[in-house]
Amino acid sequence: MEVLIVTLPLLAAIISGFFGKYVGDRNSEIITSLLVSISAILSIFILYQVVINQYGNNVLISTWINSGSLNVNWSVKIDALSSIMLVVVTSISSLVHIYSIGYMSHDPHKPRFMAYLSLFTFAMLMLVTSDNFIQLFFGWEGVGLCSYFLIGFWFKKETANAAAIKAFVVNRVGDFGFALGIFLIFYLFDTVNYSEVFEQISSSKDKELIFLGLNLNAIDLICLLLFIGAMGKSAQIFLHTWLPDAMEGPTPVSALIHAATMVTAGVFLVVRCSPIYEYSELALNVITIVGMSTAFFAATIALVQTDIKKIIAYSTCSQLGYMFFATGVGAYNIAMFHLFTHAFFKALLFLGSGSVIHAFKDEQNINKMGGVWKKLPYTYTLMVIGTLALTGFPFLSGFYSKDAIIEFAYLKGNTTGYYAAGIGIITAFLTSIYSWRLIFKTFHGSYNNQDIKIEDTHESPLIMLIPLFLLSLGAIFAGFAFKELFVVTIGPNSFWDDSIFFLKPLSSEHPPFWFLILTPVLVISSIPIAFYLFVKNKDLSKRIASVNKPLYDFLIHKWYFDEIYDIIFVRSSKKLGLILWKFFDIKLIDGFGPDGISSFIKKCSLKANKFQSGYIYQYAFIMLLGFSALLTYLIIK
Amino acid sequence: MNFPILSSLILLPSIGALFLFFTKSKKENNSTIKYVALFTSLVNFFLSIYLWILFDETTSSFQFVEDRIWIEGLINYKIGVDGISILFILLATFITPLCIISINNSIKNRLAEFLIAVLIMESFMIGVFCSLDLLVFYLFFEAGLIPMFLIIGIWGGERRVYSAFKFFLYTLLGSVLMLIAIISIYWITGTTDITSLYELRIDSKYQNLLWLAFFSSFAVKTPMWPVHTWLPDAHVEAPTAGSVLLAAILLKMAGYGFIRFSLGLFPVASEIFTPLVYTLSVIAIIFTSLIALMQEDMKKLIAYSSVAHMGFVTLGIFTIQQQGLEGSIIQMISHGLVSAALFLSVGVVYDRMHSRLINTYGGIVSIVPKYSVLLMIFVLASLGLPGTSGFVGEFLILMGAFKDNFLIAVIASVGVILGAAYILWLYKRVVFGKLINSDLKEMTDLNKSELFILSCLAIPILFFGFYPDPLINTIEVSISDLIKMYNINLIKN
Repeated sequence: MEVLIVTLPLLAAIISGFFGKYVGDRNSEIITSLLVSISAILSIFILYQVVINQYGNNVLISTWINSGSLNVNWSVKIDALSSIMLVVVTSISSLVHIYSIGYMSHDPHKPRFMAYLSLFTFAMLMLVTSDNFIQLFFGWEGVGLCSYFLIGFWFKKETANAAAIKAFVVNRVGDFGFALGIFLIFYLFDTVNYSEVFEQISSSKDKELIFLGLNLNAIDLICLLLFIGAMGKSAQIFLHTWLPDAMEGPTPVSALIHAATMVTAGVFLVVRCSPIYEYSELALNVITIVGMSTAFFAATIALVQTDIKKIIAYSTCSQLGYMFFATGVGAYNIAMFHLFTHAFFKALLFLGSGSVIHAFKDEQNINKMGGVWKKLPYTYTLMVIGTLALTGFPFLSGFYSKDAIIEFAYLKGNTTGYYAAGIGIITAFLTSIYSWRLIFKTFHGSYNNQDIKIEDTHESPLIMLIPLFLLSLGAIFAGFAFKELFVVTIGPNSFWDDSIFFLKPLSSEHPPFWFLILTPVLVISSIPIAFYLFVKNKDLSKRIASVNKPLYDFLIHKWYFDEIYDIIFVRSSKKLGLILWKFFDIKLIDGFGPDGISSFIKKCSLKANKFQSGYIYQYAFIMLLGFSALLTYLIIK
Repeated sequence: MNFPILSSLILLPSIGALFLFFTKSKKENNSTIKYVALFTSLVNFFLSIYLWILFDETTSSFQFVEDRIWIEGLINYKIGVDGISILFILLATFITPLCIISINNSIKNRLAEFLIAVLIMESFMIGVFCSLDLLVFYLFFEAGLIPMFLIIGIWGGERRVYSAFKFFLYTLLGSVLMLIAIISIYWITGTTDITSLYELRIDSKYQNLLWLAFFSSFAVKTPMWPVHTWLPDAHVEAPTAGSVLLAAILLKMAGYGFIRFSLGLFPVASEIFTPLVYTLSVIAIIFTSLIALMQEDMKKLIAYSSVAHMGFVTLGIFTIQQQGLEGSIIQMISHGLVSAALFLSVGVVYDRMHSRLINTYGGIVSIVPKYSVLLMIFVLASLGLPGTSGFVGEFLILMGAFKDNFLIAVIASVGVILGAAYILWLYKRVVFGKLINSDLKEMTDLNKSELFILSCLAIPILFFGFYPDPLINTIEVSISDLIKMYNINLIKN
């Protein structure tokens, strides 16, 4: 059964990808959706088994790479952690499959699209069920590849192609760190299987390495290198630039890959490696700092963006930051909790925005929307539910997970913990502002689109609304229903068992009351503020922007990351390539090498030719010269 | 001594070539000529598969050995295979028939002569990989260049003569030095038999010079930076089939030579010169990847990427680690398949549009969907995506390198990022984007034989990506014994 969960999506991808032409558009849509849904049902069953019976298993499918002491297998590992991920991935994926039937109804390449979605699901499942680092890497690159395909799905769009390559290459930068981390693990422990590596960690925590004359702690280094990979995949600050651009792809893709599943792989990696990270105080601090910086910085950018999908993309970035600083303060289970709830409400928001974009005939600019909440009642309601959940409105799913993160950061009790909690609260407020800005600008106020009449906007078909409805159930209840399951880490009935490792048990105290209600109060009070700023008194928000022009520009240019990277990396490597080619290869190597030699020989032989002039007097002169030289030599000697 | 299977492998293509020699090269005969060549090479391929089945993976000693006196007291015709060499023979016999099928309309003149060159080259290549005597090796090694020289010089593009001579000039220098080294080995030890040389151990005071002489020949043919500049020119001018043979098989002779001779005969010198090889390898990986990024000619881009990939190979070989060496061999096999596939893919569009320039193309995905899918597989294998053979090789090499030298492994890993950049950018510019050049609309998708050839290459690339055991098991014992012998010799010297 475990193997079926993983292979059904692959089967779906093969059928739809290679035989799509023969099966037909409609059939390939049905087949892929059906197979992935079966996989989702099986996953829920597995999770049920794990919760009730503490089920765990490691199914070996086949060997993969066996070279010397390196033994890598294809396997499906089931434990608490992977069963949660299985459910998240397959359930969101099946809903997105179904939604795509409606969303892509006008696209000529449906089977190809469905095949990519299923293939992605397969790769993601390989990633989460791996029992070793190399299969993890396989899934890791596999999801990156499918993301590349799906971002560039509309291949005629130049921007989509550029975004696809950018996503792949930036991810490769992260993978570079990840791969080095794996090499280092193999170097130290002579194995890449999780269980064997984790066993040896505690005995080798003081090992040191010398690199470029520096003494580095091996465990710290492993953790940091793996984290670079996680930063790439989860779009953390410095390696985040690909995620907003990735919105060039079709919206269902953004919901599945760039909200619920692939981008959370980095968080999953850190949680999976908790037995290593627990021994590296340094790495945990770095993760906390990177996480909180990303949370804050992405939220500030989201405040001013005008593309509905980009706002949600930056919001994803920011929420991933929350998950990371949760792991950084050691609350791995809470990070997983937020990952779990986030998958529902963020997929809901993305698919909802897809429904809006659909209604506006591919318009994505929120300044060209407004006032349509009566025209799109279902989409509107569902989007509001998603927003409430995201902002952490009391008793919706985001409330439980996000507030838990802030609390645990506070309870950590050290400086970075306090900072993280503070930033977390500020970011929660910003999140609330930009989320409501999106809702108000899209659905309220006056209608601002000249191209499409308001009468022509229409509600989406049922096949798109049903997945939205199901996701909204998750967004409302997932937090409350699964709170106990995720939060309890100690005791015989703990769900996590040994899939997460805690060096020291998490603090079981409670923060002071004022701290507990601070976030909810801010979140609730932000709704009227946003309403005032973006509906009632629009001039005020414009005035704020014009007064703080430099700051506004800074934000609208996304902190200038793209511009700086373009100068440092893209242009300089192109220039370097040209120099190496035109100057090094052609001028230097060829010039002194083969071309030089052949032209030298040519010149010599031309000179030699001149000697054979045929004039007797020249020959006689040379002979005389030679004879006198010889004579002189003999006399002197 | 039973049926001389290795000699048959070497001789069969030449016999086919002999047949062709006596056929009149007329236009009407062309299909017959092609079938004769194809038949010969296919028989050879099946024979080599049979050899692989018979091959005993549990021992590292040479198998199917044939030992005949050639010139009394001087040269013995001694051949045999072990785990290191057998895969290269398979690669050669696998690629050659595909090459012959691929010649449809691209070679218009003197088809018979062209096929003779191809078949003779196959003979020589197989000879290189199974010779167990230095002089026999040398003869095959150098003779193999002659058909290639002719293929470029006669059937090449506009600047064929320049390219052919550049190719010749580069290889000549190394060859002369290697011949001198072989003669001196004979003077020093009194034998050129490789198996006895392995046991004799050449005195360490001679090793450095001898190593350098061999190195100068192998480095040119690998090609390593900075003696790589003949390769892009040779590829650009060579006809498609020539490029395929050059990239897939000819370049592998040097990698094989490094393992068999540099490591096997001169362990002390290899240890001394490892830093040199490392440096040149990472320079090759980084520099040529950057250069590949800026190419406008598809064949040149792939040629430069070959240099980078071979940089990984040389890096892996000199790690003298199980993973590094096995990775190198798998990388060579994988590169043989992938580069062959890439050059054939360029050939496909070249036959239709008569242009190798990247900016001629763009937006062809909906016109040639099958082609686009297959090319995508090859592109992914080239950038080393897990699940393709390229990944297994590259990853093992880097793992091995990391064990030996952190810094080198870190720099080489940067090459992996660049590798993704240039090849994906190539794919994007050729296949995706808006269709601007309206001539492209006339393009037809892959015909049956092209589809067949490219699928034949795609299948092993994917299969060995998911399940490389057949390859690794074949080489495992030979490699581990080679490393043991290397270390023992190092200590004893």
